[in-house]
Amino acid sequence: MLPIEVKNLYKNYFPAKSGKFAGIGNPVQHSGETATVETGLSFSVSKGEIFGIIGPDGAGKTTLFRILTTLILADRGTATVDGFDVVKEYKEIRKRVGYMPGKFSLYQDLTVQENLNFFATVFNTTIAENYYLIKDIYQQIEPFKNRRAAKLSGGMKQKLALCCALIHKPSVLFLDEPTTGVDAVSRKEFWDMLKQLKNQGITILVSTPYMDEANLCDRIALIQNGQFLTIDTPAKIVGQFGKTLWTVQSDNMSRLLLDLRAVKQIESCFTFGDSHHVTILNDQFTKTDLHKILHEIGHTNVEINEINPTIEDCFMELSKHS
Amino acid sequence: MKQFMSFVRKEFLHIFRDRTTIAILLVLPLLNLILFGYAITTEVKNSKIAILDPSNDALTRAIIDKLAHSEYFTINKIIHHPSEIDEVFKKDRLNMVVVFSSNFYEEAAHTGNAQVELITDGTDPNTARVIASYASNIIASHLAGLSKIEKIPFQINPQVKLLYNPQMRGAYNFVPGVMGMILMLICAMMTSISIAREKEFGTMEILLVSPVKPIFIILSKTIPYFVLSLVNLTTILVLSVFLLGVPVAGSLFWLIVFSLLYIFVNLSLGLLISSLVDSQLVALLISGMVLMLPVIMLSGMMFPVENMPEFFQWISQIIPAKWYIIGVKKIMIKGLGVSSIIPEIIVLSTMGILLITASLKKFKYRLE
Amino acid sequence: MPERVIDSMEKVIVADKLTKKFGDFIAVDHISFEVERGEIFGFLGANGAGKTTAMRMLCGLSIPTSGKGLVAGYDIHTQSEKVKRNIGYMSQKFALYDDLTVAENIRLYAGIYGVKEKEIAPKTKELLLRLGFDNERDTLVKSLPMGWKQKLAFSVAIFHEPKIVFLDEPTGGVDPVTRRQFWEMIYEASDRGITIFVTTHYMDEAEYCNRVCVMVDGRIDALDSPRNLKIQYNAQNMDEVFQQLARNAKRTDAI
Repeated sequence: MLPIEVKNLYKNYFPAKSGKFAGIGNPVQHSGETATVETGLSFSVSKGEIFGIIGPDGAGKTTLFRILTTLILADRGTATVDGFDVVKEYKEIRKRVGYMPGKFSLYQDLTVQENLNFFATVFNTTIAENYYLIKDIYQQIEPFKNRRAAKLSGGMKQKLALCCALIHKPSVLFLDEPTTGVDAVSRKEFWDMLKQLKNQGITILVSTPYMDEANLCDRIALIQNGQFLTIDTPAKIVGQFGKTLWTVQSDNMSRLLLDLRAVKQIESCFTFGDSHHVTILNDQFTKTDLHKILHEIGHTNVEINEINPTIEDCFMELSKHS
Repeated sequence: MKQFMSFVRKEFLHIFRDRTTIAILLVLPLLNLILFGYAITTEVKNSKIAILDPSNDALTRAIIDKLAHSEYFTINKIIHHPSEIDEVFKKDRLNMVVVFSSNFYEEAAHTGNAQVELITDGTDPNTARVIASYASNIIASHLAGLSKIEKIPFQINPQVKLLYNPQMRGAYNFVPGVMGMILMLICAMMTSISIAREKEFGTMEILLVSPVKPIFIILSKTIPYFVLSLVNLTTILVLSVFLLGVPVAGSLFWLIVFSLLYIFVNLSLGLLISSLVDSQLVALLISGMVLMLPVIMLSGMMFPVENMPEFFQWISQIIPAKWYIIGVKKIMIKGLGVSSIIPEIIVLSTMGILLITASLKKFKYRLE
Repeated sequence: MPERVIDSMEKVIVADKLTKKFGDFIAVDHISFEVERGEIFGFLGANGAGKTTAMRMLCGLSIPTSGKGLVAGYDIHTQSEKVKRNIGYMSQKFALYDDLTVAENIRLYAGIYGVKEKEIAPKTKELLLRLGFDNERDTLVKSLPMGWKQKLAFSVAIFHEPKIVFLDEPTGGVDPVTRRQFWEMIYEASDRGITIFVTTHYMDEAEYCNRVCVMVDGRIDALDSPRNLKIQYNAQNMDEVFQQLARNAKRTDAI
């Protein structure tokens, strides 16, 4: 029995607020007389694994999390958490999972201590009972234990929310975009904490819109428009990129972008911070060739390097074909 | 049980941390009583009147003297011919003309046919009705006093409506109204807003994904507001007895029991609203517009239900406050026994049971 | 009137010992820096480092306790109204009204920033064509895809041709392709001479900037191009640079 097993999960979901599709799976497409059969999401997570659902806002991450935490019902497909069905045995699931919604969802007018105490009783436990589990995290916020949650910084709030989600020693932890809006230092600390929890045997399903966090997960699923582009370990996804990737720099970066796109041997060219990432159509085209072309049209200080792709490169490559 | 208590504790913390709201809630009864007691008074004082007295005898002079000395009227003009009446309203803008029949004393003493005509300005029917009844009351009581001494069969026209409120004092009318309004406000509005807040802030999401029985979450919300409404009930009763001089004529015990029933109805109403809405704003609008306005306008608190168009009378039947106000008037003002409010008890109990059943049925243990 | 000569060394933001105190707490501590015309300037810092306070002062929303600031040539203390007219602002959290159409949003902001009435219609048309939104003129903003919204929000923020546009975490949560299109728009604007001032705590956004400054405890601890910073701190990427700098912070979690 795996901590999370999802088979062909599909939900056609249009939140009233935006009216846009925020569901998961591939809806039935009626084109002419033939209708393609709808397909849903399938994946499973092993015990003690950190599994990342990575994709932009509106891709369906929150919908998936809410189905798995028994908050909403899927239209089709099955899912089990800790061996329990999300529909029929939702009460069992609610007893044994920890959930941190995307928005900070603790009581702003209660203090750190009051929030923690409250959630402990909600889960029929006490802070003392599972203290060892939250100790490392709690010690960081303990100096502020009499401060109201509203007055905490983003990183602190996130730590408190994690403590509250962990207080009952859940077997599976659902973290929906826990690092959104949190500064880089706190984010790093947060991922370190997740590593610790993984070592305690807790299975973690975490979502994030930030591709650079992919490498911190054991396995990831890239998601866009409610569909998985791929599911694998970050290293394997990068390994399957299958194309030569160069970074190109010169003194005039914005002209360089347009000029690179005009080169017919270049398949794609995207800005990537202080350089442009370029994939080429055939291996006969070498760095020297490109150097020559760029030099002829007046670029100075041209620098071209071959690099390994990032997850973001892979995401863009995969989303091209979907 | 421990879970439940910690929920209740949390609710009290929310209330006490939000200083502004708690202050408003506690001062509200006081404000309302002052507002209705002194500012929005339905009493009419110092109305300007004119007199047409063709008989000019001892009795009419005595009556005119009584009117002149009452705090409700000032006599601005004496006219001598009925043709002047029109001018009194149009030019002098007076509120009422008192017209005595000729040979008033003779007719009153012997045939009982003496007539007083009270002509008022119908463009403001409320004021017109009120001052006409003040005047007829003063005249009737004067005649009644006389008939005892002189043993003359004066015609007396008793005003049944004013029996329990001889001076037609507004306080007797609005104290039950304010009770109906404030208890509803605290119970229905605050409960629904506080549940909507959990949904809006996302905390409901976490609570649902926990072993807590959802019904606990909801019920725990009602406890603090229940306590708060008891505090307010006490405030209103104390203020009305000691500040406004409106005593509890009947049984205090039954008044409180009856109020508890009303509180239960409104808490159920609050729960029903909260299970239907997702935001505090909508909860506020529903309880503010859909509940408050009808209570003020249609419950009989400000305007008598009997004077409303049939359609509104019909609507007023489904407003719990209307039944509560009737019941409170019976016990508190008229001093009647509990048996007199059995119909109101039955109506309110039915409403309460229907509302609580509906809100429990409607309660969602998922997000959608 | 003679045509204005573009001076590549024109300073559009000058901060000179800019300081903001809240009681005993020094939120911004004597920061000094200059931003040139057309530059893409990244403003980084951990939560509570003073980024927001500093940016508010530069936008003319908050009065500095001491020090001087010039934005678009106007004093942020004494000429804040003129400062506001010459800047644009866009944030990830709030940018456009969801319940207004594309055209209505453009009209609204054009009106707020005092764009001349007769210029609004042709400029709107031109903008929608350039974005490829000409069919979405009357679409409600809430039904636009996330990426489109973001592009529109940026276009609206520079509709009145401000000298500087302030971007507050502009591309969080956007898919990678759209994100790049967005940055290309920023480059374009910068080529046209609009200065871009970006605050973010996502270090990959920092990589796109010409220069970045890193705030720690209210001070500016580093200010250079991403490339030079990476060399200076012997780091692979801006995230490592930031981690090294912010680790020394004493008040990361205090407010």
